[in-house]
Amino acid sequence: MFGYSGKVLHIDLTERKTWVEEKTEDWYKLWIGGVSMASRLCWENIKPGCDAYSPENPVCIANGVFAGTPVPVGGKYGLASKSPMTGFIGDSLSGSWFSIALKRAGWDAVVIHGASESWVNVFIDDQRVEFRDATKLLGLGTFETEEAIREALADDQVRSATIGPAGEKMVRYANVTNDGRQAGRTGHGSVWGSKKLKAVSVRGTHGIQVADPKTLNELSFNITKEAQGPHTSKYRILGTSTNVLNLNKLGLLPTRNYQEGVFEGVETISGEFLHEHNKVKTIACAQCPIACEQMSMVKAGPWTGAMTGIEYECLFANSSNLGIDDINTAIKLIHIADSSGMDAMSMGITISWAMETFEKGIFKKEDFKCEKFPEGFELTFGNSEAAVATAEMIRDREGIGKLLGEGTRIASLTIDEQRGSETYKWAMHSKGLEPAGYEARGLKTFSLGSAVGTRGPCHNRTAAYDPDIQGEVDRFSVDEKRGMLAKDTEEYAAVYDTLPLCKFIRRCFTGKADRAGAWPTIVKLINATTGWDLKYEDIDPIGERAHTIKKAFNIREGWKRSDDTLPYRWMHDPMTKGPSAGHFTSEEELEYMKDTYYEAKGWTKEGLIPKSKLIELGMPDVAEQIGV
Amino acid sequence: MTTTTSKFKNIECDPDLCIGCQICEYVCSYTKTGEYNTYRSRIRTVRVDEVLITAMACRTCDNAPCVTACPQDALSQDPATGIIHINAQKCDACAWCVEACDFGAISINPESRLAEICDQCEDQEDGPQCVLWCPKEALKLTTPEQEAQKARREALKSIKNEVLPKIPLKETTC
Repeated sequence: MFGYSGKVLHIDLTERKTWVEEKTEDWYKLWIGGVSMASRLCWENIKPGCDAYSPENPVCIANGVFAGTPVPVGGKYGLASKSPMTGFIGDSLSGSWFSIALKRAGWDAVVIHGASESWVNVFIDDQRVEFRDATKLLGLGTFETEEAIREALADDQVRSATIGPAGEKMVRYANVTNDGRQAGRTGHGSVWGSKKLKAVSVRGTHGIQVADPKTLNELSFNITKEAQGPHTSKYRILGTSTNVLNLNKLGLLPTRNYQEGVFEGVETISGEFLHEHNKVKTIACAQCPIACEQMSMVKAGPWTGAMTGIEYECLFANSSNLGIDDINTAIKLIHIADSSGMDAMSMGITISWAMETFEKGIFKKEDFKCEKFPEGFELTFGNSEAAVATAEMIRDREGIGKLLGEGTRIASLTIDEQRGSETYKWAMHSKGLEPAGYEARGLKTFSLGSAVGTRGPCHNRTAAYDPDIQGEVDRFSVDEKRGMLAKDTEEYAAVYDTLPLCKFIRRCFTGKADRAGAWPTIVKLINATTGWDLKYEDIDPIGERAHTIKKAFNIREGWKRSDDTLPYRWMHDPMTKGPSAGHFTSEEELEYMKDTYYEAKGWTKEGLIPKSKLIELGMPDVAEQIGV
Repeated sequence: MTTTTSKFKNIECDPDLCIGCQICEYVCSYTKTGEYNTYRSRIRTVRVDEVLITAMACRTCDNAPCVTACPQDALSQDPATGIIHINAQKCDACAWCVEACDFGAISINPESRLAEICDQCEDQEDGPQCVLWCPKEALKLTTPEQEAQKARREALKSIKNEVLPKIPLKETTC
């Protein structure tokens, strides 16, 4: 078997023992890698109904089929656990060296069970596993942790996935970070924190062989060169932050906790402004010829020197959505999140909820008492100093930061219960996860895609905003096509998340990103790597299967139709300004679109999966457990 | 002590352009071994913080210290190209050359028990494969003197706008 070792490494932190599970070629053909394989391993290894912070919730790491080869943007791995944010599947992706080291160490996947009594750094040294004491690493930031491990092991080719101080203190939306990249969103960092797992380090020294290196090299060379052209210029030059101005023009830039979709201070937080004033250098994940990471630095004021990679989603959440028009503040906030290992989107949106709660008089100045501000401070929209102080309190879990570190859902439920308020009306989350930076009230297909997302509302797992923005459909109304569009876009994304390949390469195969443009090359890449004989028509089921196993996981955890919903604001408050003014997604519209979606998926009206569908996709064991 | 020279070509990396993708390492190891393994690459990407990244390979030093250090006389330097050649019969993997190199450009292959160093792909028709593949054109096969010449010209060009308005432009007749 090429492309795989055939082996999954199991590690038990409680007993400090390991074992190897061998998987068949047929199993790999179903689950391929990345998000799909990680979610499948989660299905196989979790105790259903367990608490996300219990030892029964495993950490499932699944490598990519192309990791360690020259296939552009193929150096990625999937990470899945039950999410403490949503109680459903938490599946993330991260790029760079970690996946490549793991591949060379000879493991297709790693499942980490149990919980350690003391802080531990698991070191996978090719075939050997060592449980290293991590006490000395506590309190170190993400990058510092990696460097300290490399120094201790005296090998700069050791790659680590780590948690920072936020994960140690179990900020609910803490991330896992490797090589400066994050496996973000659903709170993996706090799951690792609950296991006292500070880092997983890997040294892999073996070479990687593929079935047909000549073909693989030829295809990879051409894609690498194509990736220097117009198909990726958006990502290479300005990065995704170029969305700031574009979305503002459409009235879709979340502003002041998603109250509006246009921001008056947009010029000084744009990708163009960032490029001119703060950009230091563009860097890439390992194995990526595009390089989208815009390393940016604060060059003046109290936070001079703070530097991190800036992309659109983290940027909107920490600028327009806080009413902040100062790019330096945004960089500082994102730097706090990245260096301490927490999700900059969830952090920014939780702060914006707190700002609105303050402005509506429910939070008072004294709620924000801390060591730095013994009298507290006024957390108003646009107040940079207060925003930074709040982010630091979240990171340190100091004062009100402890509650805000639980995310928007828990924070608003707690405050409403304590104070009899109705902050849930502006708590921006669905299934407990804060949404992406696209105002879904002006994007009806995307509002459906967000509501039905298996890990919550997410721009990465569905590109349902695409038909809305491209004008393929009327973005302000609903019709019977939306269900099929939501299915098509989420399953298209799932193919990339499973291989995994970064979606930024999608136009570099033939110039066209649709299935007809991308799948033929992807088939050749898989076959040249593995020696399989996949056909064009085998690709779509890879995405559908990946999406279905996540949905099946959720059903087993108690998902019901009413969980596919949107934040209250998106369903009740029309925007008042800009090109999307007057619009929101009513309950009637959403329920209608959900009907069209469940039908397109071949599911029941209640959103459950028929046994026949699961058997057709090659998972009879899943059909047995949750099929109807 | 290292003595680089301006006369031999070597693989140069521009750290401003290098994005740290390591594609050079995959291609190098494949070209030399048929496998993708950055441990077997003769060019190595180095990253010391978030933005300080470059790739390094043999600098073809004058009076190469690795050659001097070898107790077995297994290393020799091609007088025309500066490339270091390794005599597989003599090399016993003692790693003195590795220690002698200030640029970390030599490694020992634990399987073949031989020293490995960049040979600029002298057996490849289209030259160094890393240069061919580098997506950002950060890698070049060049000499330090050629780079210095280029730097001088670039420096002058960069002050063009300051200099030109002060020079009265003459009408050209040719």
